[in-house]
Amino acid sequence: MNKVDWKPHMDETDRQIIQATQEGLPLVPRPYHAVAEALGLSSADVMARMQRMLDDGVIRRIGVVPNHYRLGIKANGMSVWDVDDAHVRDAGMELGALDYVTHCYRRPRHLPDWPYNLFAMVHGRRRDEVEALVAEMARILGPRARRHEILFSTRILKKTGLRLGM
Amino acid sequence: MALSETERRIINKYQRGIPYEPRPFKAIADALGLTENFVLNTLADLRERRILSRVGPVISPNTVGASTLAAMSVPAGKLDAVAAQVSARPEVNHNYEREHQLNLWFVLAAADRDAVLAVIDDIEKEAGLDVVELPLEEAYHIDLGFRV
Repeated sequence: MNKVDWKPHMDETDRQIIQATQEGLPLVPRPYHAVAEALGLSSADVMARMQRMLDDGVIRRIGVVPNHYRLGIKANGMSVWDVDDAHVRDAGMELGALDYVTHCYRRPRHLPDWPYNLFAMVHGRRRDEVEALVAEMARILGPRARRHEILFSTRILKKTGLRLGM
Repeated sequence: MALSETERRIINKYQRGIPYEPRPFKAIADALGLTENFVLNTLADLRERRILSRVGPVISPNTVGASTLAAMSVPAGKLDAVAAQVSARPEVNHNYEREHQLNLWFVLAAADRDAVLAVIDDIEKEAGLDVVELPLEEAYHIDLGFRV
């Protein structure tokens, strides 16, 4: 669980490293060395800073990032739940631990248009697979969830990595 | 999208993280009984085919700058035009049409919270529509990656 009101300290060099790597590491034998050279830093400095950002949770992981859509995981369902505020944290942690939930966040309601305070993104190969998973989630939450919906995406209009406005 | 057995192994094993060391691709090669060069070529090819979006850091939301999720209820006749306006903003990194009364959903990131709100204000004025803004309050997931 990550509290969002805590901000780790980051300096300008840290930001430059994030900016230089957010589209991916260079695919060369010594990628951190290449990043360091491009920024005029030592590779030891780059690796120490990235390690600190991993420890602080700024960098969640450094890994291979698949394009789900190209792998046939085309049904992208945003399940949204109206959970009693007293239970939302427990509910969020239970849904967030499921292996088919890629993101799970608490967000504010926006009444009367939007009664939902818990969001869990579910990906699957087909729509009915996502619907079956969400039905399982509804059983897990039981009466803690007053109602829920699944918002399927019908078009991806834009999808890029994080770009920092710096 | 057909994957070779080696490609599948690499994606399944390294979504949650590659070894953090000066020569990570050599470490992957050693673990899988391959050469460093083969691993690099395989990853470059997977990127070229857009099966991987990248190999690199995944940044947590709201740790660097500020971001938010926003939604709009756009009349069908205006949807393409409004969607294009929203997508044209460099601060917007995801923009999806979804099946709901609120039918346009986007994520935007900027240097700080005020900058995020200024972009939303601009989008509302340009579209002549209200934006429902739903900033993250708490994150719960443990992303284990996808088995392919």
